[in-house]
Amino acid sequence: MSEADGLSALDRPNSYIGKSVPRPNLDRLMQGRGLYVSDMVLPRMGHVVFLRSPHAHAKIVSVDSAAARRAAGVIAIVTGRELAEVITPWVGVLSHLKGLKSAPQHAIAIDRVCWQGEAVAAVVATSRALAEDAAELVDVHYEQLDAVTDMRTALDAATPVIHPSLGDNLAFERNFEAGAVDQAFAESDAVVEAEFVFGRHTGVTLEPRAVLADWNAGEQRLTIYQGTQAPHMVQNLAALHLGLEEAQVRLVCKDVGGSFGIKVHIYADEMATYALSKLLRRPIKFVADRVESFNTDIHARDHRCKGKIGVKNDGTITAFEIDDLTGIGPYSMYPRTSAIEANQVVNLIGGPYISKNYRARARVVFQNKNVMCQYRAVGHPIACSVTEGLVDLAAMKIGIDPVEIRRRNLIPDDGYPCAAPSGLRFELLSHHASLNKLLAMMDYNGLRAEQAALRARNIHRGIGIASFIEVTNPSAAFYGVGGAKISSQDGVAVRMDATGSVICQTSITEQGQGSEALTAQIVASVLGVSMERVRVILGDTDNTPYGGGTWASRGAGIGGEAALQAAKILRNNILKVAAAILQSQPSELDIANNSIVNANDGAARIELKELARIVYFRPDTLPPGIQPELMATRHFVPREYPFAFTNGVQASWLEVDTDNGFIKLLKHWVVEDCGTIINPQLVDEQIRGGVVQGLGAALFEKCIYDERGQLTNANMADYLVPMSGEMPDIDVGHVVSPTAETELGAKGAGEAGTAGAAAAVANAVNDALRPFGAVITEIPLTPQVVLTALGNI
Amino acid sequence: MSGQVAISLQVNGERVEAQVVPRLNLADFLREHLALTGTHVGCEHGVCGACTVRVNGDIVRSCLMLAVQAQDASVETIEGLSDSGEIADLQAAFRERNALQCGFCTPGMLMAAQDLLRQQPAPDRDEIREHLSGNYCRCTGYQAIIDAVESTAKARQAP
Repeated sequence: MSEADGLSALDRPNSYIGKSVPRPNLDRLMQGRGLYVSDMVLPRMGHVVFLRSPHAHAKIVSVDSAAARRAAGVIAIVTGRELAEVITPWVGVLSHLKGLKSAPQHAIAIDRVCWQGEAVAAVVATSRALAEDAAELVDVHYEQLDAVTDMRTALDAATPVIHPSLGDNLAFERNFEAGAVDQAFAESDAVVEAEFVFGRHTGVTLEPRAVLADWNAGEQRLTIYQGTQAPHMVQNLAALHLGLEEAQVRLVCKDVGGSFGIKVHIYADEMATYALSKLLRRPIKFVADRVESFNTDIHARDHRCKGKIGVKNDGTITAFEIDDLTGIGPYSMYPRTSAIEANQVVNLIGGPYISKNYRARARVVFQNKNVMCQYRAVGHPIACSVTEGLVDLAAMKIGIDPVEIRRRNLIPDDGYPCAAPSGLRFELLSHHASLNKLLAMMDYNGLRAEQAALRARNIHRGIGIASFIEVTNPSAAFYGVGGAKISSQDGVAVRMDATGSVICQTSITEQGQGSEALTAQIVASVLGVSMERVRVILGDTDNTPYGGGTWASRGAGIGGEAALQAAKILRNNILKVAAAILQSQPSELDIANNSIVNANDGAARIELKELARIVYFRPDTLPPGIQPELMATRHFVPREYPFAFTNGVQASWLEVDTDNGFIKLLKHWVVEDCGTIINPQLVDEQIRGGVVQGLGAALFEKCIYDERGQLTNANMADYLVPMSGEMPDIDVGHVVSPTAETELGAKGAGEAGTAGAAAAVANAVNDALRPFGAVITEIPLTPQVVLTALGNI
Repeated sequence: MSGQVAISLQVNGERVEAQVVPRLNLADFLREHLALTGTHVGCEHGVCGACTVRVNGDIVRSCLMLAVQAQDASVETIEGLSDSGEIADLQAAFRERNALQCGFCTPGMLMAAQDLLRQQPAPDRDEIREHLSGNYCRCTGYQAIIDAVESTAKARQAP
C-alpha cells in the first residue's frame, strides 16, 4: 500500500473511486448483442408451456391429455403427480420468523389449484407455438371451491381455511411493544389515526422470467441458464429438491432483463422446468409470456395498515402505533418467505425519529391470489408512507410546518450510534444534513410562495416530504439465521494474467445496476491498472466464489469490500515479485498506470506486462525461493451490524387537477446517504430508477382482482406503469457517511428511491388538497381516488 | 395451422428468402429464423416497444406485424443500425449518460429515439419524452435516456 504517503488503498492518484466512469458492458447491450436467457438455443431443446388454472381455487378432478399428446411437435405432457416423482415439494418458512407457517407447494399442482395462474400441467413441444397449440387440447376438469380473496375477512370463522392442515389462514403474526405507549398517547396534546391502503402491484421486468435447464444424463449434471439475482441459492435449492449433490448443478446467469427482486425467488414453474429437463433428458426452455408474468411473478405490498401518532403542541412526537394486515396468496414464497415484508414494516416504522414509544402488530394471511413476496425496497414503502403520512397528519393537526415537525423529531446527526424504536441499530445516519440539503436544492421557501400565489388562481400544487431509512448490506441476520441456505457473504478472486491484465471473478451478479463496473473500479484502483485491463466474470456457480448475489442493496457494500480486500492481497503479491526482480523492497514500490513505480518519486520501473511475462514464462530467472502468487481470493460479510442502514429524504412537487383528479408530477428531489460513493452516476441512476418504481406505485400500478380471485388487468395495456411522458426530472444530492465496518465504507443505494417516493407524493397530494379538507391515505392515487376524496364522485 | 408461405425481403441490407407459417410474427421471425436476437420481446401485444424495428423507414412493433406482411420490405434491426454506424453517436451518448441498465428496452429505445431525430432534429425535452412514451423502461426512470437523446440532437445540430 501507499500508507507511507498517507493514502489508503483507494484514495490514490488515478483512483476510479468516486468517478463516473461508463460501465464496461454497455456496448453489447446497445448493439443487440447481449445474451438473455430468452435468446438462448441448445441442441434438442424442448419448449415448455404451462397450462394454468383459470380458477382461483378449485379441485383438480381429472386431466385428460390424450388428444394433446397426439398434436404436432409434442414431446411430452406432464402432470403434477408425474413430476412429483422427480422433484420434491417445499415449504416457505424460516425459523427466526416465529410461528410462520405454510403448506407444501409442488412444482405443478396435484389435487388442487390455489390461485388463478397456478400450473396444472406442462406441455413440452419442439416450439413454444406448438406447445401452446397442444395446451389447448388438454382437458382439465375442475370442481370450483370458494375463493378467499379479501384479506380483511380471511381470519373470520365463516371464511374457508385454504390449507385445512394449518388450522387457519394466518401465516404469521408479530407483536412488538417498546417504551410506554399508552402513557405517551395519554400525555399527547393530539392523537391522529388513519388507515393506509397500499395496492397490490408487481415488478414488471421487461424480460419475463426465463429459464433454460439442461440435464446431461451422460455427465449426470444439470446446467441451469437463468436470469437470477442469487445463483448459488438457485443451485442449492435445485439440487436439494431434485435429489442431487450441489456439485451436480451449475447455474449460469448471463444478461438479465430487469429483476427488482422479482428474480430472487424460486418459482414453481422454474422448479418444474429443471425437473422436466431431468425427466426428459434434454434441454427444456421456459419463457413466461406477459399474461403469465402478471399471474405468477411475485406480487408485493397489498397492505392495509392502521396507524396512530401522538404529538405535543410543541411538535414533539410521543408515540407511534400500527396494526398492519397483508394478504400473501396461498403459499409463503420459497425460500425467502412472504412474511419478510410485514416484518420489515414492524422494524422500520418510526425509524427516522427520536420517539421510542412504539407498538405494532402485523398479521400475514393466506388468500387465493397470486403469491406475494419481496420486491424492491421490501416493506420500506409501507413503513415510510405510514410513518411520514402520520407525521404530516400530526403537523397538520397542531398547525406546524411539515419541515418543522421533522426538524424537531428526526434523530440528531450527532446522536449515533443509536437504535430504532424496533431495536435495530443505526451506526451513523444524517437525517438533518440530508433535509437541509434537500430544502436548499428545492428552494423550499420559494416553492411555498409559488404554491400560495397559484392557489389564489385556483391552481392546486403540493409539496410532500418524506424522510426514510433503508436496510442495506444485510448480514446472516436476514435469512441465514432462519435456516435458509442464502449466503450473506460474498467472495472475489482476482488474478493477473500473462499480459498484465486482470481477471476478477465475483459472486455478486449484474442486472444493470453496475456490479461489473464497480468491481472493476475498485480492483483497478487498488492495483493501479487501467479499468479496460480488468475483466469481471460473474453469474456462474462453476466459475465464481460462493456468495449471495445482488439483492437487498448488498452488491457494492459486501461484494465491493471483498473485491477491495482481494485486490489488496494481489497487490502485495505483485509488489513482492517486483521487489525480487528489481532487487528492491515492496515498501519502496507502488503500482500506477499499469507499471511498477518507485513509491517515493513515481518513476516507472517495470511494466506489469513485463513482470507477468517473467512470472509465467521465465520464472527460472527469479531468485531462488520466490514462488509468485498472482491470484488472491477474499470473502467478506458484515459482522458488527446486522444491517448497514442508510438514510435520505425525498420531496415531490406536483399539481392536482381537482376537476378530473389527475396528478401531474412537476419535480422530484432526493438526498440520500449511502456512504462511500464508488460511481456517482451509477448511484444517481439507481436512485432515479428506484424513485420511478415508487412513483408507479404511488400513481398507477395495481393488480386488480375481482371478488372471485380473477386478476382483471393482467396485461400491459391495462396495468399501468410510469412512461417517459408522465415522469418528472429527478434531482439527486448526497450526504456521505461511510460505514466504519468496511474499508470501502459503501452502503447500498438500490432501494432508497423506491422506499420514499410514494410517501413524498401522497404527502404532496394532501398538501395540495389542504384547502378542500381532503386527506387521502391510499395508493395508487388514481383519478377515482382523488375525486372520491374531494367528494366529486 | 396452415402450410408454409415463401417470403422474400431485405433484412439489414441482406436478401432473405424464407418459408414461414402465416401466423409467425415479424419479431419471432427475426429472432428465431434469423437469430437477430437484438429485437426483444417484452409483451407480445404491442405495448412495451422492446421489439421496435424499422420497416421501409418507419418504426413498427414487430410483434404486431406478421412476417408474411414484410414481403418485399426492407427491415432494419438494432444489429443493422449498429453495424452501419448510423446511431454510433446516439449509442455513445447512451454510454456516457448510463442511459440503460438491464438493456432489454434499449434496442427499441434507440430505434424510437433515432426515428425522432430523423423527423425532428431539434426536439425539446417534452417532445423527446412524448416520442419515447411508447417504450417501457423499468430500470432508468427515463431521465438519463431523455438526456442522452437531447445531447445527441444538440451535437448533430452543431456546425
